[in-house]
Amino acid sequence: MPQGFRLLTFDIKMGVKVLLDNDHIEGIRYYDTYRKHGGYRAAEKAFKMAPADIVEEVKKSGLRGRGGAGFPTGMKWSFLAKPEGVPRHLVCNADESEPGTFKDRYLMEFHPHLFIEGLLISSFALGSNTTYVYIRGEYAWIPDILEQAITEAKNNGWLGKNIQGTGFDCEIYVHRGAGAYICGEETALIESLEGKRGNPRMKPPFPAIQGVWMRPTVVNNVETIAAVVPIINMGGDEYAKIGMGKSTGTKLLSVCGNVNKPGVYEIDMTISVEEFIYSDEYCGGIPKGKRLKACIPGGSSVPIIPANLLLKTAKGETRMMNYESLSDGGFASGSMMGSGGFIVLDEDQCVVRHTMTLARFYNHESCGQCSPCREGTGWMYKILKNIEYGKGKMSDIDLLWDIQRRIEGNTICPLGDAAAWPVAAAIRHFRDEFEWHILNPDESQRRNFGLAHYADPIHIPASA
Amino acid sequence: MSEQAPNFKVTIDNISIEVPAGTTILNAARMIGGEVTPPAMCYYSKLKDSGGKCRTCLVEVSKGSEKDPRPMPKLMASCRTTVMDGMEVKNITSEKVVDARKGVVEFLLLNHPLDCPVCDQAGECDLQNLSYEHGSEATRYEFKRRTFEKEDIGPYISLHMTRCIMCFRCVYTADQLTDKREHGILERGDHAQISTMLNKALDHDFIGNVIDVCPVGALTDKTFRFKNRVWFTKPVDAHRDCKHEKCNGKVRLWMRGEEVFRVTARKDQFGEVEEFICNECRFDKKETKDWVIEGPSLIQRSSVISQGHYVGTKKTPILINTVIGKEPKHLLDIHSISDVNRPEIDLSKIEGPAHSDDFKVSK
Repeated sequence: MPQGFRLLTFDIKMGVKVLLDNDHIEGIRYYDTYRKHGGYRAAEKAFKMAPADIVEEVKKSGLRGRGGAGFPTGMKWSFLAKPEGVPRHLVCNADESEPGTFKDRYLMEFHPHLFIEGLLISSFALGSNTTYVYIRGEYAWIPDILEQAITEAKNNGWLGKNIQGTGFDCEIYVHRGAGAYICGEETALIESLEGKRGNPRMKPPFPAIQGVWMRPTVVNNVETIAAVVPIINMGGDEYAKIGMGKSTGTKLLSVCGNVNKPGVYEIDMTISVEEFIYSDEYCGGIPKGKRLKACIPGGSSVPIIPANLLLKTAKGETRMMNYESLSDGGFASGSMMGSGGFIVLDEDQCVVRHTMTLARFYNHESCGQCSPCREGTGWMYKILKNIEYGKGKMSDIDLLWDIQRRIEGNTICPLGDAAAWPVAAAIRHFRDEFEWHILNPDESQRRNFGLAHYADPIHIPASA
Repeated sequence: MSEQAPNFKVTIDNISIEVPAGTTILNAARMIGGEVTPPAMCYYSKLKDSGGKCRTCLVEVSKGSEKDPRPMPKLMASCRTTVMDGMEVKNITSEKVVDARKGVVEFLLLNHPLDCPVCDQAGECDLQNLSYEHGSEATRYEFKRRTFEKEDIGPYISLHMTRCIMCFRCVYTADQLTDKREHGILERGDHAQISTMLNKALDHDFIGNVIDVCPVGALTDKTFRFKNRVWFTKPVDAHRDCKHEKCNGKVRLWMRGEEVFRVTARKDQFGEVEEFICNECRFDKKETKDWVIEGPSLIQRSSVISQGHYVGTKKTPILINTVIGKEPKHLLDIHSISDVNRPEIDLSKIEGPAHSDDFKVSK
């Protein structure tokens, strides 16, 4: 048995699925098949409810925004200003650009009608007659899939004027981005949708008061919108029973990196991280019997954590795949659920190189509007590049720490934080790997630091 | 503002002031004045929507308001945060703010060229002042600084993109003062640049104001380029009867001797233009006879420009004549010896910086 191979036994219980439950059905992306398998039933039900009741159901469901921040969706909806005579808009954020995250792509590509039904119900609940889907420019083929689904829905009376005789009008427009990560930030997205340069706006005012064309706007993630369908189908209370604590419902995770079965999985947030990585139902373990070194559990901007802190919290409890447990311990020893881009690194991966890659990404994607992010991201990348290529100095590590500290929280939008966190976490947990790179400039060009002690159990002081 | 608009009490660095609702923290601090006022590199009170970008005006809100006393979790851009009743703000009394500001100054200087010795803005540069007041003595940046290809944006305005700190003021100026903006931001991140795309000239008759709003030497007056250091010229307030409908002809002349080297708008104590002026006043009226001179401009004592000491000066009497009892005999006249010192040539009239060719005597 190769070293590090783990033999684990789990109680095989299939997780609850509410979004991808029809994933196995051939042709589910077409209207007829979707309708045959219970599609648009939630919309039918929703049209018999008052919009305020739908918002109430979503509130009861405890659904949290699936785009990364995890803000309660029902609460967001109730913040929407409703001034007389001003149109309101629902904008769906399909600009899924976070490295490691591709769950929305899966939903839109294979379940477009689920998505459109969600959009329809949400639009009805929010009173949006014109709804926009702002889709990532690189997803070049998906707008066609969505347009086709929109046409099918329209032909069957689910979009357009007087939908199903309810008197509610709704049009959905798909708008392609031009390839900027920053346009996934809701106010930058709104600017871009308006045809301007995608620079984040200063908040307040929040989009709920002044969004697209200064009209009240709700911006939601694709998965959030899709989750509205099962919520209406089963009722908010039932939906809230899935999951754990404040992490209700199911979450789509896109897994990539060193796992046997990368892909998109729906979990009900009751399983442990260890089970998720090693069970055959999900990731299926790490290829070639390699050992787990580190993981970024929620998309590239959330803190990277070493294996020992990933599987167990600093308190020694089993870490679960949900919002609370993943962030247990704060940034000192935890991470975040984020957008659900689960990136697994095995013992052959170099954290320094990995951090450099991310720093390069954020440097490239910074909009350049505010100084700390515009200048700081490039600086961090250059320093990390030096360290990676054996030209670093010991003082560079403290300098990196200082730079990220001065970017974080001091920028207009969260991109600054997103750029700072991975660097901070890498230094916090993998400082010795950085030091090894600097002290062994030649050796570090030929081999990796390896697993070192990153999977060793952590001694927990009794008072912690 | 309606008459019932309530006054909000805000405390900045333990100094309280009552301001109308809707006032930003920065403007409240400016009303108090002095050290309490955060520096601002991108905010410009005369330009709508400006501010929030440079992050030098970050302050700590230690108490949100009387109703909601929770402190704000992050440092706030004081230029874009409006005061609430009972708000308590810490500027220079907050270590976090001082540290963050030091960081921002370092970021702003990271790629800024140290070409102050040849920069026309030197002496009236907001970034110089900011660095003196809030920066470190040295940078920790060890990499090649970012440069841009030089772009010609017309006969009046010189664009030095390498010096730009991306305050966006010139963009707002063009948007709000002219009917057609010819320049904007191209690219993104650390390569974002002010440019005109396809080399258009900035030729709107109000566009010269971008020079005045630019906090650094990125946009400078081509007609004044390399002519003189600003602290050698003497600012005087002057006016003329300008025919332009939006310009009232109130300007500041930058003179040396009888020559007008430069014309700018008048600026207030925060370095902001009081009234925007038209291109004709700025670029084409460079004779003393074009203007009615009102008197020396008030320049802050701390400014390098005040070193010219031209207000209330007395000419030192020449005593040599009385001492030796006769006119001293000049052994040489510099004007007849030097090739580049001919008093009949006005430096302000020479195209571009003075060059030895300009003094050539045709023989």
